[in-house]
Amino acid sequence: MGSLLLANEAIALGAYEADVKVVSSYPGTPSTEITESASKYDSIYTEWAPNEKVALEVAIGACFSGVRSMCCMKHVGLNVAADPLFTLSYTGVNAGLVIVVADDPGMHSSQNEQDSRYYALSAHIPMLEPADSSEARDFVKIAYIISEKYDTPVIIRLTTRIAHSRSFVEPQERIEIQNKPYLKDVSKYVMMPSMARFRHLHVEKRENDLSRDISLYNTNSIVLRSQKLGIVCSGAVYQYVMEASDASVFKLGMIYPIDFDAVRTFASQVQELIVVEELEPFFEKELLSQGIQCHGKEIFGRQGEFCVSYIKQKLEGGLTTEKIKDKIPQRPPVMCAGCPHRSVFYALKKLKIKVCGDIGCYALGALEPLSSVDLCVCMGASIGMAHGFDKGNTGEGENTVAVIGDSTFLHSGINSLINSTYNNGTSTIVILDNSITAMTGHQDNPSTGITIKGQQGHKIDLYRLCLACGAGSVRVVDAYNIQEVTNALKEEISNKCVSVIIARRPCALLNKKYPPAYFIETKKCIYCKQCLAIGCPAIENLGNSVRINKELCVGCGVCTQMCKFEAIISEGK
Amino acid sequence: MVQNNLNILIVGVGGQGTLLASRILGTIALRLGLECKLSEVHGMSQRGGSVVTHVKWGKEVFSPIVCQGDADYILSFETLEAIRWSDFLKESGYIIVSNQEILPMPVITGKEVYPKDAFKKLRDKNLNVIEIDGLKLAELAGSSKAVNVVLIGMLCAKEKIELDLAKEAIKHCVKEKNLELNLIALELGYEAIEKRGI
Repeated sequence: MGSLLLANEAIALGAYEADVKVVSSYPGTPSTEITESASKYDSIYTEWAPNEKVALEVAIGACFSGVRSMCCMKHVGLNVAADPLFTLSYTGVNAGLVIVVADDPGMHSSQNEQDSRYYALSAHIPMLEPADSSEARDFVKIAYIISEKYDTPVIIRLTTRIAHSRSFVEPQERIEIQNKPYLKDVSKYVMMPSMARFRHLHVEKRENDLSRDISLYNTNSIVLRSQKLGIVCSGAVYQYVMEASDASVFKLGMIYPIDFDAVRTFASQVQELIVVEELEPFFEKELLSQGIQCHGKEIFGRQGEFCVSYIKQKLEGGLTTEKIKDKIPQRPPVMCAGCPHRSVFYALKKLKIKVCGDIGCYALGALEPLSSVDLCVCMGASIGMAHGFDKGNTGEGENTVAVIGDSTFLHSGINSLINSTYNNGTSTIVILDNSITAMTGHQDNPSTGITIKGQQGHKIDLYRLCLACGAGSVRVVDAYNIQEVTNALKEEISNKCVSVIIARRPCALLNKKYPPAYFIETKKCIYCKQCLAIGCPAIENLGNSVRINKELCVGCGVCTQMCKFEAIISEGK
Repeated sequence: MVQNNLNILIVGVGGQGTLLASRILGTIALRLGLECKLSEVHGMSQRGGSVVTHVKWGKEVFSPIVCQGDADYILSFETLEAIRWSDFLKESGYIIVSNQEILPMPVITGKEVYPKDAFKKLRDKNLNVIEIDGLKLAELAGSSKAVNVVLIGMLCAKEKIELDLAKEAIKHCVKEKNLELNLIALELGYEAIEKRGI
């Protein structure tokens, strides 16, 4: 009996059915559930690595050892893993290796809209893109066959609307694969100039071989309808096009390399060829480079996600008929009630400190009313940026603080801390240690010491780690205690060395056994609105009074520190 | 009984249980022998932001997302979110709104005002609005978290889906310890429509 699976879950099912033995990944929306689902199969060794580069290197080692391996990440994670990726393309594999990368057009939960298809092109690695969950499972199996036959890693590309959509998947029989023996072969596995020159020839040859063989794998499909218009598309866009138009459709499943001969034949059967693709004009430029006349990006933008009505409007050339939206308050995401980051950002704001932020829930510290983050670029960047701010702006830069989560610090913050201490930096670093990778849905990491399989591993001691990296001062504070955080910040900023403040409190969503909610004693409350300054979603401004929503309040008590009139009382008292 | 394609939008505030609601509706579709696709939101917007989950039922479903003007039903767990997403409703569609108000941060900080006449705004658009005190029924069932299931009960009654079939779907999707209260919540929602005779 089948079930409704996310494409992410279907990828894990495909890995199980294809007898993948090792999956190593770093969480990142919208890719996280692949690895979480894979961890539920006993036959798959699964782990969270501290970052995507390490994860891919683990997968490389596993595939060289002779078992099928997989590594999953979001689009920006592939930037981190790009270093091993490009040379893995040269070595090729022993048993198969598949990388799954999830792009996020529309930036539901990302800092950019980069298009991962260019990695396939520049690293010369085949790339498949499924259009629903069932196909996601099927493509995993095909990817391993291609990987082993052509001696290449294979990338499966998803976008948010595929990764996080559910459709019906019927399980299939699982095959069992014999481990491939590892045979020492420095000409293939050791990439030094003399060996790599030969392997570069292999890369070119295998790409030519695969380009000729694409049709054997039945990853592309054609829907012949109207002859007036033919549309080339892939993935989620294929689903939209099928509803938006009666044009004939060439659906690319293997999106790199492209089966140009097949597209050329299709093009000859229609009067006009349009490419509909989200983000960059990747297919369009590839087809044009082969002399296949087509167009598309001058109609369809590079930004955001498409949908059925958008494609319909663009194809019909009509004006956009988007309805006028009501003028109502926006509802941006907020730190949860009881979030331990809130008090730290409040303290930073009060001290008027320049804050280099990082990637995680705490990026929300940039939004009102806390509004304390000045900069946020990519995973682990805060510490290096704070150091640069201080070095570049001598004198004025003394107040710069980097704010980074525990998981992000272990992802790529450590190297930056070493850089700061080595180069006589003076910045202050706040590690928001909420004992979890929160934003992506609560994954364990080296600071919790629990593995994805629920086993006890080594628990990294952040305090000792920072001291070992050369921080002149390291201290641990209670993230809920605004005064303690404020005092620590004041002291460490004036320290002429790199200092680290570990602000510790578990994520409020982790512990579901909350203390009693608070309420406002109306007799004592003078409506000074101080409690609203911390931006807790549980504290509601009613226009002439303030109320605590007991459905939302988790009893953290941070707001009581804001009230000079002792008007915020625990229901437990 | 559902004959053709049915597009459902589930809207609310991150943490209100839109994901569970869509999974239950997906399971109902399977039991009705329909094709179904769901599109969920994970990650940042789940943190107290405006969230939307798409459910599409039919004989053949391509796109997993519902477009503007294309929803047969909008299930809204919060009043302001009902207005925000109301332009997704078809003229013939129904918007079922739990009249709970959760203040967004711009209202809390005093930058903006929560609309006082939200339901008038909705009705002025000539939409088929069904208002319900979902929170009250959910609390009656045993948990304020069960508003999602109350509204599913209402949708099932509107579409004349057998209550027992919907109960089976709930059993499939909900943890054992929460099962009883969710079954009650479903019934309360179902009865609310039957009582009104709409």
